[in-house]
Amino acid sequence: MAFRALLTRRTLAAASGLGPNGGVATSFRGLQTFSLPDLPYDYGALQPAISGEIMQLHHQKHHQAYVTNYNKALEQLHDAMSKGDAPAVVKLQSAIKFNGGGLSDLICWVMQAGGGEPPKGSLGWAIDNNFGSVDALVQKMNAEGAALQGSGWVWLGVDKELKKLVVETTSNQDPLVTKGPSLVPLIGIDVWEHAYYLQYKNVRPDYLKNIWKVINWKYASEVYEKECP
Amino acid sequence: MATATVAATAPLSNGFLLRRGPNEGAKSARGLQWTKNHRQSPSSRRFGAAVITAKFDLKPPPYPLNALEPHMSANTLSFHWGKHHRAYVDNLNKQIVGTELEAKSLEDIVIQTYNNGDLLPPFNNAAQIWNHDFFWESMKPGGGGKPSGELLKLIERDFGSFEKLCEELRAAAATQFGSGWAWLAFNPRPSDGKELLVVKSPNAVNPLVLGYIPLLTIDVWEHAYYLDYQNRRPDYISIFMEKLVSWDAVSAKLEVAKAQAA
Repeated sequence: MAFRALLTRRTLAAASGLGPNGGVATSFRGLQTFSLPDLPYDYGALQPAISGEIMQLHHQKHHQAYVTNYNKALEQLHDAMSKGDAPAVVKLQSAIKFNGGGLSDLICWVMQAGGGEPPKGSLGWAIDNNFGSVDALVQKMNAEGAALQGSGWVWLGVDKELKKLVVETTSNQDPLVTKGPSLVPLIGIDVWEHAYYLQYKNVRPDYLKNIWKVINWKYASEVYEKECP
Repeated sequence: MATATVAATAPLSNGFLLRRGPNEGAKSARGLQWTKNHRQSPSSRRFGAAVITAKFDLKPPPYPLNALEPHMSANTLSFHWGKHHRAYVDNLNKQIVGTELEAKSLEDIVIQTYNNGDLLPPFNNAAQIWNHDFFWESMKPGGGGKPSGELLKLIERDFGSFEKLCEELRAAAATQFGSGWAWLAFNPRPSDGKELLVVKSPNAVNPLVLGYIPLLTIDVWEHAYYLDYQNRRPDYISIFMEKLVSWDAVSAKLEVAKAQAA
């Protein structure tokens, strides 16, 4: 599963500056389980774009639940596989996909640690090339994020084979890789209602306008430069 | 009694549902006559400069917005009905103006734009109007309690007990991942003789598109409960079942459903 690779301790520490206690707990019965990583900043650090109340709930309740359920599903999967219970294995696929959404949340936290200064360097150049300008990219992502029906994510990704930037949306907690196996996320914006409702209520477009103030372009540039050296 | 899940698109693969997502379905309008035609629609009149056409109205709930307190706050109703439900109505009216859909009933628009799972753009708005009208009717001040009469008889026949029905409904509502709805529905042509079933559906999808007649619904989009319950969807579901559900409304809808099916 492509997204498992992203959860190694080394990748987390390198890409996000999370401490040694963030991310991965090690083996129990030969099965790797995961723990909820700390945010690399205080809950209130992204105000006024995102309220501390939302950040705390989103992290401590929603993200935690995904991690807990993901671990449960992994354990059940391990059992089912060792018993050769094929129907159970298949049934657990969706639980793993749903709860692997914790990974999307993880990326989301890392991606929102920045002060929103626009990208420079090769990513800035690639954005101008692919979309015309950073503004144009933002408009496009906001339009697609606003139009997404139900729950999901809007992404800026790089196709590491084609060396192209793409804007994609996914439903529910489907990771970007479900839209293309060579897609790597650079920016992910959660448009589940829990990501903004307490502060922005039904006005998702206002949330989308404001979230750009805290997008971590530094992280996006680092990942881009790694995939497109 | 198995819980049915209505997928936004039809194909089943490897035993679990692969959904392309309603957004993608809505982008392809192949195979169906839903097009903007430019003839003047019969319901619009030109008075001076402005043409005013409002095909669908925002129906108010059958009780004041604060009537469901403390279980569902007036604050929630003011956003859920006043903003979300209202937006679906406004947006559908804009979408269908000057098209053949303007002449159709809401239910017909829902079925036609579902388009066998390849959703057309008006589906989301049309179905969400229908769903929300139905949701307000599924609740009442002083709700909860137990059903009686013919409804209770059928529940006991098809689920074993009222408690078993509640268990299934709660489970469906709790496990509908992402946005969606849980339903009690009536199947007019059951292959196994069981006319009542629990259904869960994603986003705007509802049991009408499967040929079932809805009897009861609970909205599990986060906007339905987030202001009052935050992430605690199970608490919201419990309160819905214990304090809000209108079994009278369900009985009335069952009578209509049986008459239709006869």
